Amino acid sequence: MLKSVKTGLGLACVLAVTAGCSSTDTDDSAQQEMTQQPQEPVVDTPPEPKEAMPLDNIVYFDFDQSLLKPDTRELLIQHADRLRGTTQNVRLEGHADELGTREYNLALGERRANAVRDFLVLQGVDANSLEVISYGEERPAQSGSSESARAMNRRVVIVK
Amino acid sequence: MIKKLKLSLIVIFANCLLVVAAQAQLVVEISGDVQDPTPIAISPFGWSGSGVLSEDVSEIVSADLRRSGLFDPVPREDMLSFPKTPENVAYRDWRILGTEYVVTGRIEPQAGGYLLTFDLVNIFGQSKMFTKQVRGSGQQLRDMAHRAADEIFEAITGIRGAFSTEMLYVQETTRGGRPSYALMRADIDGARAREVRRFDQPVMSPMWSPDGQEVAYVSFETGRPAIFRENLQTGARQQLTDFEGINSSPTWSPDGTKLAMVLSKDGNPEIYVLDLNTGRFKRMTRHFAIDTEPNWMPDGKSLVFTSDRGGKPQIYELTLATGQVDRLTFDGDYNARPRVSPDGKTLVMVHRSRGVFTIATMDIESGRMRVLTETSLDESPSIAPNGAMLMYATKRGDKGILAAVSLDAGGKYNLPSQRGDVREPAWSPYFD
Repeated sequence: MLKSVKTGLGLACVLAVTAGCSSTDTDDSAQQEMTQQPQEPVVDTPPEPKEAMPLDNIVYFDFDQSLLKPDTRELLIQHADRLRGTTQNVRLEGHADELGTREYNLALGERRANAVRDFLVLQGVDANSLEVISYGEERPAQSGSSESARAMNRRVVIVK
Repeated sequence: MIKKLKLSLIVIFANCLLVVAAQAQLVVEISGDVQDPTPIAISPFGWSGSGVLSEDVSEIVSADLRRSGLFDPVPREDMLSFPKTPENVAYRDWRILGTEYVVTGRIEPQAGGYLLTFDLVNIFGQSKMFTKQVRGSGQQLRDMAHRAADEIFEAITGIRGAFSTEMLYVQETTRGGRPSYALMRADIDGARAREVRRFDQPVMSPMWSPDGQEVAYVSFETGRPAIFRENLQTGARQQLTDFEGINSSPTWSPDGTKLAMVLSKDGNPEIYVLDLNTGRFKRMTRHFAIDTEPNWMPDGKSLVFTSDRGGKPQIYELTLATGQVDRLTFDGDYNARPRVSPDGKTLVMVHRSRGVFTIATMDIESGRMRVLTETSLDESPSIAPNGAMLMYATKRGDKGILAAVSLDAGGKYNLPSQRGDVREPAWSPYFD
């Protein structure tokens, strides 16, 4: 569901990862950069583009999961490339879908944001520049109980 | 206070309710017609003053008793007579209708208010069970009705009535295209809803203090979740926590001196207890899993809480003196947000089986679990102080509504909001 929403970019990431199982991360990201360029105009970006050359700033998760999905790792590597060495403060906002209890989902949102933080730190981003905050299910990106709405709500938003 | 919302009341009798047994053998299949509600008639009360009263007091009594699921009040149009005193009750007429009890009553004006005198008559025993009186100011007709319902309920069932209690809940509306959040307070029948406080950022987890004078809740107004306590009479409030990470799930100890809560300042969510007199925090759990949603046992000696330390969310009990943790739930792959009944014998919780989230009760001693609700996104159960009913949040379409069910699943009703989404009901304690 979320792949269809993220159209070109998401699909390109998946293709890059599956095609390049034995290749290195840098190969993957190079491939990703290349495939991404022509796809850019059809990417359905959520309505908060603030930078001149915006990277997608949302990563999505499976139900009750905080594991990073392969396609989101590619995106996060790009974010890490930009953040490494800068002193820019970044907020990592963790969210959950409506399923499950509210307080547990607050914890789940934090666990997701922590997973993103840990990955960025492993890529060399200064841990002190990253602030984690969880909203649980209190601030859904999409209302409604459809599976597509829920998939859009299981997310971490990278806010610069 | 402004009345921002009127909750309309829909009463549903669960006569044909059938809850499909979930997964395991311990879950009991229940249907709502396990008991017959008692036929009772609340004869329209007399009024010896001038003008018309602002409330239909006998109708409020009748609605209270109906909501409990234990009574089946006779509709006014089916009554053959409207007796105002026990002496005027025609036993034979009521017996023909099958009515077991008749309530008669008279309201008189008093300086600055009203006096209600009401009598409970047992039709088959052909005897008056009691005559009682309740006084109130000019604005307290509803309160007087609820007090009368409490007395009638207790005289017949032996269970203290909880019709005079209130609830807190969260309402989300849209204002100028942006979400707006309010902590709301209302009578337990949804009437007289009023705003406690309005927020631009989410507010969650309201919890009454044991004396009913204060509320603890989580607000995001500072940019991160923080725990506040607020006096419901004066509006005075205090921010209790501002730690990095999660500050959530505040819950008062039964004696009101401590607040259990969840803090993730150590890297992941752990249960803490804050001593409200000394301001000292004590960490109670040490586990890399999510530990959250604490609730006190009535004796104050242990906490129940949700943890996914076993891989999936389940409910555990933590003995405070020793730190020992015991798992309580084994049925289903998701049991969370426990609340303990006033007698300490029953847990209510959010229970998932076959992908559906329902409210379930569990007898702590035997581990027997029972699903009470049949909708699919049920959460936030909160038990009445008499242990007879619980309020919870569910969805109707995409709209958040409140609902109630008796702990034996016999009585059910919904409290949808006319505006916005409502959620996280918290049933008050007794106020006296």
